[in-house]
Formats: sequence, C-alpha cells, structure tokens
Amino acid sequence: MAPAAVRFEHATLAFQGRAVWRDLSVAFDDGSFIAILGPNGAGKTSLLRVVLGTARLDAGRVEVLGGRPRRGNSAIGYVPQRHGFDRDLPLRGRDLVRLGLDGHRWGMGRPDRAADHLVEDAIEAVEAQDYADAPVGRLSGGEQQRLRIAQALVGDPRLLLCDEPLAHLDLRHQREIADLVGSWQRRTGRTVLFVTHDVNPVLPLVDQVLFVVRGRWAAGTPGAILTSERLSELYASHVDVLRVHERIIVVGDTADAGFEIEEPHPLPDAAAGDLDAIETPG
Amino acid sequence: MIDQFFHLLGYPFVQNAIAAGAVIAIVSGLVSRFVVARNMAFAVHALAELGFTGSAGAILVGASPLAGLLAGTIVTALFIGALGVRVRERDAVVGVVMAFGLGLGVLFLTLYQAYGTQAYAILFGTITGVSHGDVVLLVVLGLVTLVALATVYRPLTFATVDPEVAEARGVPVRRLGIVFLLILAVAVAEAVQVVGVLLILTLLIAPGASAERLTARPGRAALASVLVALLSVLGGIALALLTNLPASVFVTSLSFACYLGARFVAGPRFVGGGRTGARTAAGDTLRA
Repeated sequence: MAPAAVRFEHATLAFQGRAVWRDLSVAFDDGSFIAILGPNGAGKTSLLRVVLGTARLDAGRVEVLGGRPRRGNSAIGYVPQRHGFDRDLPLRGRDLVRLGLDGHRWGMGRPDRAADHLVEDAIEAVEAQDYADAPVGRLSGGEQQRLRIAQALVGDPRLLLCDEPLAHLDLRHQREIADLVGSWQRRTGRTVLFVTHDVNPVLPLVDQVLFVVRGRWAAGTPGAILTSERLSELYASHVDVLRVHERIIVVGDTADAGFEIEEPHPLPDAAAGDLDAIETPG
Repeated sequence: MIDQFFHLLGYPFVQNAIAAGAVIAIVSGLVSRFVVARNMAFAVHALAELGFTGSAGAILVGASPLAGLLAGTIVTALFIGALGVRVRERDAVVGVVMAFGLGLGVLFLTLYQAYGTQAYAILFGTITGVSHGDVVLLVVLGLVTLVALATVYRPLTFATVDPEVAEARGVPVRRLGIVFLLILAVAVAEAVQVVGVLLILTLLIAPGASAERLTARPGRAALASVLVALLSVLGGIALALLTNLPASVFVTSLSFACYLGARFVAGPRFVGGGRTGARTAAGDTLRA
C-alpha cells in the first residue's frame, strides 16, 4: 500500500449528539492534491480540525503523516477560513507570516536574521512583496489570502490544509490563489487538503475528491465522483452534474432534498467577469 | 517652577510616587496594547469596579485596601476566565455581577463611617499619597507582571490576532486568555493607585489606542504605548506636585492629549504613504 499522508478508518465525528459524518474510511495519498467538497455544514472544517488535532473523533481512528494527530505539529501548514483583521490592528503582513514561523514559542522573540530570510522567501513565493509592510487589516481579501498562504508555508510543511481559501474572492483571484497552492504542491511534491464548495477553480489540480453530504461521503477521482449518479446517491435526491465549458455545475431539486445544494459561481461572479471583459481596452 | 520641582524631588514621598508611577506606567502601556486588540475595555472596567468592592470590604474589616483591591481584581479575573470565550454572554454576566459588586461597595462605604477620604482615594487615585510599604509592593508586583508578560508575549500576540492558526500551532489559546486576565488584574490594581477605579481606562486603553494610530509595527506600537503611559503618569505626578491638584486630572488630560495628537499626526493613516502606491503596483501586476 502506498504511504498515505492522512488515513481515516471507520471514523465518525458527532456534534451535539448528531453525527456530522460517520464510518469514514479513506486514505489520502502522500504527494497528492485532495479537494474536500460538500455543502455548508457538511463537516468539512471539522475534518480539517481532526487532522490538526484540535477536534477528536467520536469513533474510529485517523492517522496523520504516519502518527496520531497532535496539536502544534510543525509538519502541517494551515490556512483557516477567512476572518478579517481589524483595520487598525498594528500588524503587518510580514508579522503575520512571522507568527506562522515562531509565534507559538515562549518569550518576546529576538532579532533573527535566519527567520527574517525565511519570512522574506515565503512572501516572495506568494508575490506579496509590494504590500507585506502594510497593516494587514487594510489589505484586500486576495492580498490577505496570499499572506495567509505564506504564513502556512513559511515552516516548510509536509501537509497543507486550506479551509475555503477561495471564499469571497472574485474569479480571477480564485484562480490565482488556486494556482499558487497548486504550483507549490507540484514543485515540492507535498500533500494538500483543500476544502472548497466549488471544485472548478482547482479542478485541473485535483488528484482525489472527498465529497461529504449530511453524514454520507464518497471518495475517488473527480471523474468517478462528480457524476449525476454518484452525487444523486450521496444527496439521496435527484442531482444533475453538468459539464459546461470545462466547468462542473451541480444542480439539484433542493425542495426534495430539504437542504440547499451549492451552485458554484452564482450570477454576481459571472457578471463581474463580464464587466472585466468589457473594461479591458482593445 | 523648575527649581520648586527639583526641591520636591528630595522628598521621599515624591521619590516613592515616581518609582511606583514609572513601573505602573510600563505595565499599563504594555498591557493596554492587548486590552485594545482583544476588545477588553468592559472587562477592565469590571475588574476595577469589583476591585473597589474588595478594597472597601478590606477597609471595613481593617485589612489593607491594596490587598483588598488585588483580591477583588483577581477573583473577578478568574470569574471572567471561567465564563468562557463567548463575548456576548461574557459581557452580559460581567455587567450583572459588576452592578451587584458595586452595590456591595456602596454598602461597605455606608457601614464604615470615617470612610470618605479612602473611598475618594480608591475612586480617583492618590499616587502621591502611597506609603513606602505599598510602593515596594507595587514595584515588586509590577516587575512580576512584566516578567509574566514577557514570557507569554509572543504566543499571546499570536492568540490575540490569529486564534485559529495559533491553536493549530499548539498555542494554548484558552489558558493564555486566563493568564492574560490575571496579568490584567494586577495591572488594573496597579493603575488604580494612580488614576483610581473610575478613570482606569485612561491608562489601560488610551496608550494602546494612541500607539496603534502611530505605527503598524507591533514592536514600535508596544514602545509607543509605553512612552505614552510614562509621559501621562510621570507628567501627571509632576504637575500634581506643582499645582496641588490630584494627579488623575493631569494623567487623564495628558493621555487624552496623546491620543488626539496621535490621531492628528497619523491623519487618515497610510493614505499618503506606501499603501496607495502598493495597491496600484499590485493592481498593475495583476492586470498586466
């Protein structure tokens, strides 16, 4: 068996007595790009928290990089779900990245040339040099996300966990952030777990998909999982998977399902794309 | 006037006030950065007012007011810490308990007839009136607080600005929150000596709030915050000695002036500086 970066065996996670997902058995290969998909509330963030060691399984087991999950594992980089920073917070992008390197250590922190270099390299890797010295609370969502990725990568992790890093970004920035993570993954051969409710921006990068819906799950290659048949089974409701312009759109009868099926790229995004096209001169 | 001031410096009570004031200012300046960043103005007020209750109770039973004050702030800190992290619930419970505690304070005040001046001292501060024994205690407590703060400084910063990643990186976010509350409890008890319970925010909010107007660098912000607190406290003590008015009057005025000055100097921050240029440059790169 190929070494797995993360392996779940009959894993069940409950929240307030209700199973978020149950009997999950899946192995994510070392060196692969894994997309974790599903509607809001499907327990995608909780799954990352289990890998991080900040949440515990209620049954079954999980193995992370060949061991038990433990908080503070420096082999794991983490890009959390986006929350803004206060506009007046005295913290530069550079400081945010630095916290990812040694913010967990006790003491005040002394001047450290080697650490400064690592931070600088990480900032350059995400092309954030132009705004790394500005207060982080005043940067755009895309700029903050780049610095978040630099913060996660500065410790040279073997496993990168990204929680909805594309949320609230327009199409162009979604693509840039996805490419950034994808090119790092290819260059280093490390493993990425990428939580997203829209697979399209990362579709060319994805090796394996885990789709979670209401406690049920399906895992495999995107081609095998993202089909009308598999997703209808998963949602227990009729779902159509449409392939339009190399994009995947999931459409379902939400009234029957009793919950909402996320449609990637609702109208405003598409409209924004059109406006960009109009504005481009020549 | 300068001569008069140097003459006053020869008196032990003035030296006491300056020594205690300097340590208190450094503690307040550093702590206020975290108070501002963690949105804890209300908690500071609760600590101070329940410290008042503790202090009034101590006077009533003949114990040291400073010990009572410390007991009050520390018990309150542990109580707030035990309430958990939900800010909304925390604020509601703290508000309810604070009101009750103040009520008790009023009761103690009424029961102890000769209480007037001491109540005034706790409410508005009397740094020029502290005894030598209390000064030693204040300096020692201040130094202990500084050592504690220095030890947790980096992870506390991490937990304050970026709790999710801090937790994932192994920072004990929740326990650090309680440690900070205890540091805050001692800092409040110290600052009460200078400005009193009612004016506490002048030392635990104003320096940090001024500093974040002036710089985006965390290290420089800490330094600026300490300088604002030192200027306010030592300047306030000096002016109080020269005018015979309470030090709190000048400390609050000076720290307010620093805040106004910081806002004025900073203007709408970073608009004319690198930020606009950076955004354009980044935009151009993306468009290219």
